[in-house]
Amino acid sequence: MHKKDIDQISGTETTGHEWDGIKELDTPMPRWWLGTFFACIAWAIGYWVVMPAWPLLNGYTHGLLNHSQRDDVTANLVALRAARAAKEHALTTATLPQIQANPDLLQFALAEGKATFGDNCAACHGAGAQGARGYPNLNDDVWLWGGTLVDIQHTITVGVRSTSPDTRQSQMPSFGRDAILKPEQVDDLTEYVVHLSGRPADATAVKRATPLFAQNCAACHGPAGKGNRQMGAPNLTDNEWLYGPKREDIHDQIWNGHGGVMPTWGGRLSPETIKALAIYVHSLGGGE
Amino acid sequence: MNVLNTIVTRNGQSIPVLAAEGVARSEVEASNSAANRQLYKSRVPIYPKEVDGRYRRLKWAMMAITLSIYYLVPWIRWDRGPLAPHQAVLVDMAHERLYFFFIEIWPQEVYYITGLLILAAVSLFLINALFGRLWCGYSCPQTVWTDLFIWVETRIEGDRNARSRLAAAPWTPSKIAKRAAKHAIWLMFAVATGGAWVFYFADAPSLLHLFFTGSASVGTYATAAGLTFTTYWLGGLMREQVCTYMCPWPRIQAAMTDLDALSVTYRRDRGEPRGSHKKGESWDGRGDCIDCKQCVAVCPMGIDIRDGAQLECINCGLCIDACDDVMHRVGRPKGLIAYDTEANVLRRLKGEKSRFRFLRPRTALYAVVILVVGGVMLTSLATRHTLDLGVMRDRNPDYVTLADGAVRNGYTVSVMNRTDTARDLYLDISGVAARSVKIIGLGAVTLPAKVSVKADKVRSLRVLVTVAKSELKSTSQSLTFSVSDADKREIHATHAVFISGGQP
Repeated sequence: MHKKDIDQISGTETTGHEWDGIKELDTPMPRWWLGTFFACIAWAIGYWVVMPAWPLLNGYTHGLLNHSQRDDVTANLVALRAARAAKEHALTTATLPQIQANPDLLQFALAEGKATFGDNCAACHGAGAQGARGYPNLNDDVWLWGGTLVDIQHTITVGVRSTSPDTRQSQMPSFGRDAILKPEQVDDLTEYVVHLSGRPADATAVKRATPLFAQNCAACHGPAGKGNRQMGAPNLTDNEWLYGPKREDIHDQIWNGHGGVMPTWGGRLSPETIKALAIYVHSLGGGE
Repeated sequence: MNVLNTIVTRNGQSIPVLAAEGVARSEVEASNSAANRQLYKSRVPIYPKEVDGRYRRLKWAMMAITLSIYYLVPWIRWDRGPLAPHQAVLVDMAHERLYFFFIEIWPQEVYYITGLLILAAVSLFLINALFGRLWCGYSCPQTVWTDLFIWVETRIEGDRNARSRLAAAPWTPSKIAKRAAKHAIWLMFAVATGGAWVFYFADAPSLLHLFFTGSASVGTYATAAGLTFTTYWLGGLMREQVCTYMCPWPRIQAAMTDLDALSVTYRRDRGEPRGSHKKGESWDGRGDCIDCKQCVAVCPMGIDIRDGAQLECINCGLCIDACDDVMHRVGRPKGLIAYDTEANVLRRLKGEKSRFRFLRPRTALYAVVILVVGGVMLTSLATRHTLDLGVMRDRNPDYVTLADGAVRNGYTVSVMNRTDTARDLYLDISGVAARSVKIIGLGAVTLPAKVSVKADKVRSLRVLVTVAKSELKSTSQSLTFSVSDADKREIHATHAVFISGGQP
């Protein structure tokens, strides 16, 4: 049995340790402080019982409340969809003029479209839909596949050269790489396309290329090079170039025939979301 | 006759003295007396004695006024038409509006609140420089509720001596009953206080119904519970410790006061040397203070005003009432303790006359600041537009080049209608030769474009301005957006920029 050692001066029990005649007092903690420790222990035990606490070999203890933040998120998303249901429904059935005549619905569509764009489209088309080389700018008035709301909605749904059976499909041949044309013919065609866009070009080359353009290009780009939206063939007479405006850019495109891929969103986004997205893209300024 | 005290004369002689007839004498010491000051100390319990007098009645009146304002203001109705709330003073968080009688503040006008805070602070400085800590003594919520809680305590447990005895007494059923009753009534006041606060944030009558049917929001109950707790804790249990330990104002005040500021002052030029006085004894060669310590006994802060101006003193004047009563009984003039200035005490000690200097550089400066800030706010309130607009240019992309070389810039334009009726406002753009202006939702428009905005709402529009290649004068041109009402009585304009990148 441990014998209590009481300090004579303070009357307090000591720990029994002594250094050079100095003893360490074993002052008891205030009762309320001790109480908080026991309260914390009781709280911890209660917490183990009601909340998810202990990891097991394959899983964890769920606790009496069966609380799960993942379930909370799921429930919140369901509630969100329910709260939006009326407007989503209105969005699906309304035509573009109807939506534009209804400021509330338009605002709803633009907000949803903007968020969807940021999540799914901005990676290629840019945060402001300003595009990049090979990725069309969605702000301007140049559209490969048409700029009406219906056109945009359809392009988003099926994609371009995508895996969808209904995909928008076009193929610019690789005239140089596949040896369809001789290198000097590709050079001449390059001058011809520069000429089409209204820039100064080598007149003799343009003359040589005129029959070549009629034979090889006009079927898709049109006899005047104005393009054809049915086939996704770009207008060659304007100032917008998907793969660059310089002679070497144009030569490279005739030689290699680049064609980008846009995925199909039909299976991934709901029709209402695609409609909202189309309205957003349409509202960027180029919508027809 | 009982010997109640001794005084020590200047030559070290102790003389037993008797109290004057009708004067109570208390054995009490100042809670902050210099002799007993420690770094760490437990609270010295204070049992302020009830007192009656001019300042006590003023305090009761101020309590009635301030509590009435607090409890009743949310119930004042104010007709604002069918679309806006009918509460005179309302902070409407959900709809982002602040209503104050005929004024309605939008979130972007929060500078009015800044102005109010500046006015409140400088007014506090001015009042302090002129009349001392009137705020602390009469209108601070801490003072008002502490006073109310002490009043409740006195009604239940009795006056100073009874409360002091009860605190020391063992826990008998009677003590338990008294304490329980006191805390129950405190809690009732606390609940009423916490409950009243939430009415400033929602329509009071409907919230009252929701509150008692259990269908108000969790936030409402949490706010009410939080304020119930702070009222009970700060007013009932913490009391003077809030002023002494928590409140920054006593520290600031200590730096801002000067010798000419009125404050509750013990006129030591008249009171010293102090000492007990026996009825019929001569007053020659001694001060008027009979050292009865009634000033300490009534003090809600538990201090001794005779120690001079001090941080703990809230200038409530209760010691003046107590001392005036005593002076009356011993047949000396009132005002041994009074609202006076330290400068006057020093003047009288030098044999000069008292003199009050209310016009001093600092009071003039504070008054000027109040007039300027108040004037600016009033002017701005009086000339406020009932319409407004904000313009934000697209930054990504900065500009869009169209197929024919024309350039388009996009702007988000917010058109605000501050009236309580829906209005057709007219948006105009000048400064650039626009080939076309398109508003998403309205299509291509001719200027000025008619935009209908609902009552008390902002309408956000996406405006696309296209300038033909031939009209592009420089890479960056300035343009002006303006919005006006139908008869052009009110026009508000703001400048923006049209950017065309590399092409001039």
